[in-house]
Amino acid sequence: MSTSPADHGAPPTGDVGAGPTAYPDEPAPLQRTSATFLGMPSFQTAAKAALADTQQRRNLAHATATIRGKRAAVVAEVEAWEELRVAGAAAKDEVLHHLPHYLEQLEENLTARGATVHWARDAEEANRIVVGLVQERDADEVVKVKSMATQEIELNEALEAAGIHAWETDLAELIVQLGHDRPSHILVPAIHRNRAEIREIFLREMGEVGRPAPEDLSDEPARLAEAARLHLREKFLRAKVAVSGANFAVADTGTLVVVESEGNGRMCLTLPETLISVVGVEKVLPTFADLGTMLQLLPRSSTGERMNPYTSMWTGVHAGDGPQDVHVVLVDNGRSHVLADPVGRDALRCIRCSACLNVCPVYERAGGHAYGSVYPGPIGAVLNPQLRGTGSDVDKSLPYASSLCGACFEACPVRIDIPALLVHLRTQVVDEASGRSVEALGMKAAAWTFADHRRLEAAQRAATVGGRLLGDRTIRTVPGLGAWAQARDVPTPPKETFRQWWRRTHGDGAGTDGTGTDGTGTDGRTA
Amino acid sequence: MSTAREEILGRLRAATADVSTPVGHRGEVPVIQEEGESEQATVELFVENVADYRAEVVRCGPDEVAAAVADALRRRGSRSVVVPSGLDASWVAGLAEDGVELRPDSALTADQLDEVAAVVTACRVGIATTGTIVLDHADDQGRRALSLVPDHHVCVVGVDQVVHDVPQSLGRLDATRPMTWISGPSATSDIELDRVEGVHGPRNLDVIVVG
Ligand code: SF4
Repeated sequence: MSTSPADHGAPPTGDVGAGPTAYPDEPAPLQRTSATFLGMPSFQTAAKAALADTQQRRNLAHATATIRGKRAAVVAEVEAWEELRVAGAAAKDEVLHHLPHYLEQLEENLTARGATVHWARDAEEANRIVVGLVQERDADEVVKVKSMATQEIELNEALEAAGIHAWETDLAELIVQLGHDRPSHILVPAIHRNRAEIREIFLREMGEVGRPAPEDLSDEPARLAEAARLHLREKFLRAKVAVSGANFAVADTGTLVVVESEGNGRMCLTLPETLISVVGVEKVLPTFADLGTMLQLLPRSSTGERMNPYTSMWTGVHAGDGPQDVHVVLVDNGRSHVLADPVGRDALRCIRCSACLNVCPVYERAGGHAYGSVYPGPIGAVLNPQLRGTGSDVDKSLPYASSLCGACFEACPVRIDIPALLVHLRTQVVDEASGRSVEALGMKAAAWTFADHRRLEAAQRAATVGGRLLGDRTIRTVPGLGAWAQARDVPTPPKETFRQWWRRTHGDGAGTDGTGTDGTGTDGRTA
Repeated sequence: MSTAREEILGRLRAATADVSTPVGHRGEVPVIQEEGESEQATVELFVENVADYRAEVVRCGPDEVAAAVADALRRRGSRSVVVPSGLDASWVAGLAEDGVELRPDSALTADQLDEVAAVVTACRVGIATTGTIVLDHADDQGRRALSLVPDHHVCVVGVDQVVHDVPQSLGRLDATRPMTWISGPSATSDIELDRVEGVHGPRNLDVIVVG
């Protein structure tokens, strides 16, 4: 074949012209990896430890199986699901392609409605702004609605450092916070905990920070939920400042949207005098009408419900109703860097529904902590190295934390082709590591294969029909799969490394035209 | 030194310098929605889907609302109720005789609201495919805290307020108003991903469909 695998990085034709463009002086900066995750071992190493934790594996398998079933049932109810996905992707692409325009429009509408807009280049700046606002209001505590953005910037740590208590109010976040733990799932951060563990945490910890759990607390979910209700109510009623994120920020109206279940969001968004919302710049939606698409896609993909119990919308300040002091902090923190890659920018469409986590065979076994970030699962495997670069062990290894089975793409409500992005990132990792090493060429070939569905299908056919090039055992040694297979506690048949295999089957100089990897598209679960 | 705002916008502009299509290139926002077979079928679907969340749903005629409200309060043992200023007074007429304490919303604090058992509100829109009621917190629904802090919410929905699908509801809503979309009582899926009703929002939701 004449196409050079190196061509893979070319942007899709039509909508985009030139290649990635650097900021006039320098490329947009990466996110700084926080101390929490610095020095994290590679995904494969961390996953191996997680695999040994049978309790966690059982908790995860149970939870993800439950949610997969629910999601499938409610998605099947919607005849136009595929159309909705296309429309959802188009809405986010419209925003991402013209992000400065929509952000300025959002700012204008928010300001006109009485909100104050702040801009933060990175986590540190965002934290400084929020801490400053809280201090100016003489508050020594804030109530918080679950928000990925504030986790990402580690706002709680910054607030605590300034002597301000940050109370997480989402049940799962509360479990994580009281358990001195880290989140392991986007939607259900305490998914790795079962009811008995939650009961123990509540009994042990609640009294330390407020109203203790009832002594006769059982591990019935309803009783556990009630304990959280009682524990947090006093905090809701007295809090002067709340901190939230936003699922959507509508440019043409200035409306912020928070999607939740428990009512803790409503409490935070309604009762305090001051509301500070930390919003990643990619959260913008062009128009209010786009909510018609997103509010159909998100709940069904996320909790597997026709609609989540509560969705709150507010547009600046509403006289006589809710917080009268409303702030919005728009955060970059590496997003402009991701946006500069015309292929990789698709990841910014993500609406954090977590469907890709729930269908991922790798996530189900490895758990969320191995991803070394607040963004676990398939989307984390893509987004973390994009936001933070591939300097650390964990970020270098994340693009390989996948069997490329494609289930995540099928589940994604905004059609992010995660497997293709992973392969795209693998080429970057290899390029950075060893220039044009043999693996680099192999990865590029893989990237080339995955970049085009026809080629991928042809490759899969080839692999199924005769295992023409790879035979029946070398599947485990292709890039990515090999890495994952080695992290499993099962015997891995191939004795040779990828490098050895490549040399044996192709000779040292072979493979530059990408034809050598026709079998890479095989579903990892069948290997 | 440039401000954060200028610098971020500058970076984002540079990052999208390759994009050649103009703003709004995708055209009209597509409206993807299910259409109801009939108004009646839509209302029936609404009732079914609200009940599926384990909210209590009853249907009644226009002159039976007061009885249905009284019934809902009695069933849950709610002995005090906060009344939004613009609520149809006939809906809560006679409650006082039942011994239920009526609390008009005279700038009640959150602590005071926490002492009240229930709230009765109207709504703006009902959505059938999702079993959702949307409040826009006009005077017949009251400010957001009223339908949040008391543990029991009785919501009256007119059949003419029920639309079939989510996009149709947006056409009836004003984005400049605060809004709460409610689908069943407060719930959580945070323990082993199983839905449990009853966390911070009202644990009891009664929906009265009128007409
Ligand atoms: S990548 Fe897609 S499926 Fe995964 S969390 Fe984001 S929107 Fe959901």
